[in-house]
Amino acid sequence: MAKIKKIIKTITVDADKCNGCRSCEVICSAFHSTPKYSTINTARARIHVTTHRLKNIWLPVFAGDYVPAECGCRDKYLLDGKEYSECSFCRAACPSRDLFKEPDSGLPLKCDMCEGEATPLCVEWCLNDVLTYQEREEEVEEPVMMGDLEKGLESLVARFGLDKLTGSLTRLSRKD
Amino acid sequence: MRYAETGYNLEIDLATGKIERVETDPNLLGQHLGGLGTNVKLMWDRVPPETKAFDPENLLIFSNGLLCGTPAFSMNRTVLSFVSPQSDLLAYPMMGGFWATELKFAGYDKVIFRNKSPKLVYIYINNDKVEIRDAAHLKGKGAVETQELIREELKEPRAQVAAIGLAGENRVFTASIEQGRSSASRLGGGAVMGDKNIKAVAVRGTKDVNLARGAEFMAHMKDITKYIHYRNNNPLPGVMTILSGIGSPQEMKHTDEKWHTESFAWGNARKRRKDFWTKDIEKSWKETQDNAIKRFVSCFNCPQQCGGLITHGDVSSYMMKCFSKLTYLMGAYVDDLDFGFRIAKRAFEYGVDSFSTPQILAFAVELYEAGILTDKDFEGCPTDKEGRFVWLLDRLVRREGIGDVLADGTYWAARKIGNGAEAYDHNTVKKHEQMNIKLGMLDPLYYLMYATNEKISITQIEGNWPQGAFPSREDREAFVADWPQLPDDKFKQYFLDWNPRGENSNPYYPTPQMCSEIVDWMEMLHNVDDAIGLCAGMGSFCLKPPYHIHNYPKLISAATGMDLDEEGLKKIVSRSRNLHRAFNNRRGMTRADEKPPEDHWKHRFPEYEEQLLSTYYTYKGWNHDGVPTREKLMELDLGYVADDLEKRGILKDGQNKEDN
Repeated sequence: MAKIKKIIKTITVDADKCNGCRSCEVICSAFHSTPKYSTINTARARIHVTTHRLKNIWLPVFAGDYVPAECGCRDKYLLDGKEYSECSFCRAACPSRDLFKEPDSGLPLKCDMCEGEATPLCVEWCLNDVLTYQEREEEVEEPVMMGDLEKGLESLVARFGLDKLTGSLTRLSRKD
Repeated sequence: MRYAETGYNLEIDLATGKIERVETDPNLLGQHLGGLGTNVKLMWDRVPPETKAFDPENLLIFSNGLLCGTPAFSMNRTVLSFVSPQSDLLAYPMMGGFWATELKFAGYDKVIFRNKSPKLVYIYINNDKVEIRDAAHLKGKGAVETQELIREELKEPRAQVAAIGLAGENRVFTASIEQGRSSASRLGGGAVMGDKNIKAVAVRGTKDVNLARGAEFMAHMKDITKYIHYRNNNPLPGVMTILSGIGSPQEMKHTDEKWHTESFAWGNARKRRKDFWTKDIEKSWKETQDNAIKRFVSCFNCPQQCGGLITHGDVSSYMMKCFSKLTYLMGAYVDDLDFGFRIAKRAFEYGVDSFSTPQILAFAVELYEAGILTDKDFEGCPTDKEGRFVWLLDRLVRREGIGDVLADGTYWAARKIGNGAEAYDHNTVKKHEQMNIKLGMLDPLYYLMYATNEKISITQIEGNWPQGAFPSREDREAFVADWPQLPDDKFKQYFLDWNPRGENSNPYYPTPQMCSEIVDWMEMLHNVDDAIGLCAGMGSFCLKPPYHIHNYPKLISAATGMDLDEEGLKKIVSRSRNLHRAFNNRRGMTRADEKPPEDHWKHRFPEYEEQLLSTYYTYKGWNHDGVPTREKLMELDLGYVADDLEKRGILKDGQNKEDN
């Protein structure tokens, strides 16, 4: 299979340096407004600083994928004597919370690394160097692109399950 | 659509429980901007001069600034306004933190409280849903503790909470309003809040703040950000460390306190200890501070880190701000920084002003030592310095015994105690405790600032002009070579010609005219900051700051869509400034009240000081009594104010600034 080069974008979060100012949330929401920089609303930001000030917890987390269901458990992490909920680190827009969702519509939000900009703006506007941005090139196997038929089949699998679909296909093939 | 501001105030009548979301007049933006400017306008329109601090008619206004919630760094100030129980004038203490922007995201520019609640309540503002909730279970709780309890109760960790402690509940005249790592402390806002039976105001907001010309706004911010980087990497040479950077004085970062501990006066603002900062002290204080600070913290959208999260021995976590680590310690004559970190937590929970309160306690100790207060007043008080201060603080916030008298502040307590106690009230201006500074030669600039500003607190008036002349001409030339913040190049020459001693030095240089120009410039900057909600540490209270008169109008114009130039901006804040003065004149403030403490400087020049004051009044367009003239008021479209002052006989026919 052919190898191709892919850019991997990484933001390193040095949470110990975070002073909890939330400039990242401000600039993120401003950049993603339409037209650009027309509104600011930290509730629309695709980055969130989880804050428990007196417990010395300031933790910036980026919005990741939407998930349709919440986790079955809520683990706790003890790090450096501080207790974190598992959700503190979680990037998902999930039914258990209103984080990373448009406040009006509830539609999920996801970090896009400020597509089109040289550097994600949260990185540029964090003057305390909590966030650093790196790009690296990796050689990866060229992914097999799915055709329309496969995409259609995939959604059928998602809806009816593979077993049912295989059964139907078998039945259909017998008719021929 | 409204830009930068939300265009709505929240009006809450505590007596009836009526809550209204009221659209504001869009013209007020061009007349008074927002923040302090529009607060003053509300106070003028709605609080008559007969109203006293604890009358139901006194308003308590919580306001954000015009640019709070925009991407401009450090725009996070909440400006409180009310008639002060201590000065009986319009007070406007401010706090940083996160409350102001949260209020704007909730869709409001101000919360205006009137009348009194029949029982202790807290307010929860969650966007359009606003509730008055019972706070009986929070009675007596600490101001810091309350914030956490309310967040837990609401199950909303993102709610920002401003709360009072025991001091506010008991209407102590120096009671503060605490919030996050910040507080609005001066002149008794906490007492007015307690009098209205409000324990706390919690806010959560998820609405938009609009910018009129966002891309243009961001282009200006790029320039400002570049300068912040530059200044953070290049502290100013030739000035003491504490003044070399930007942001509030970096009291949490710097451990070198030689300047404060040796230049400021200890006890009841009495004694300088010029040999205090020994090697041993330096070592012990550094160790204590480095161990206590767990993290540097900032306010909303601010790159500076002026606060600190403190964990100190068995003292539970709290956040320290600015100068509080020193005030109690110096007031009590305690040499160990450990005491500063211990008592500060107690004081923040009680919710008291860290500048005034230690001076009141030190004043009580002096009266006891002088035999004016007796063993009976101090019955049960420990004899060690630390214990005595804690005991007095505990009494003061509870208004128990002698604490009940002290709770009204130095000025009023001295008059209640009598028997010569008045002489120990030596460091107040307009009944309000001043910084603990006692110096030699009269400083004409500081004379004017202490005497005339409505803030009545010197730290919020000074800033852009260096505190003293530089000894070497070469250093002065280097300083003025790169000074784009100046409103006028003539100030460079004033600074170049200013010597620390001999010819062209204090008190006669800068001349009264120059002093008037310099003080007016600095005051104008503070008024801009207080209207737009900028931390003074990034603007007016800072040498060579990122924000200044040449970029404020650009930001305000891009944010609001209003085309404002420098002259236009100066006129707006001058309008609010003169309205503020008129409000205080209407309450009886006159020239006779405009006096720095008698012992502030050893060398005084009574006639010259009168000349200074008159020159300044003339420059400001005020008459001999310090009242804005009709001509000045008309120039600022404040004819209605002139009419009112004339009707009341405060402004008399034919009085003008030329008579000064």
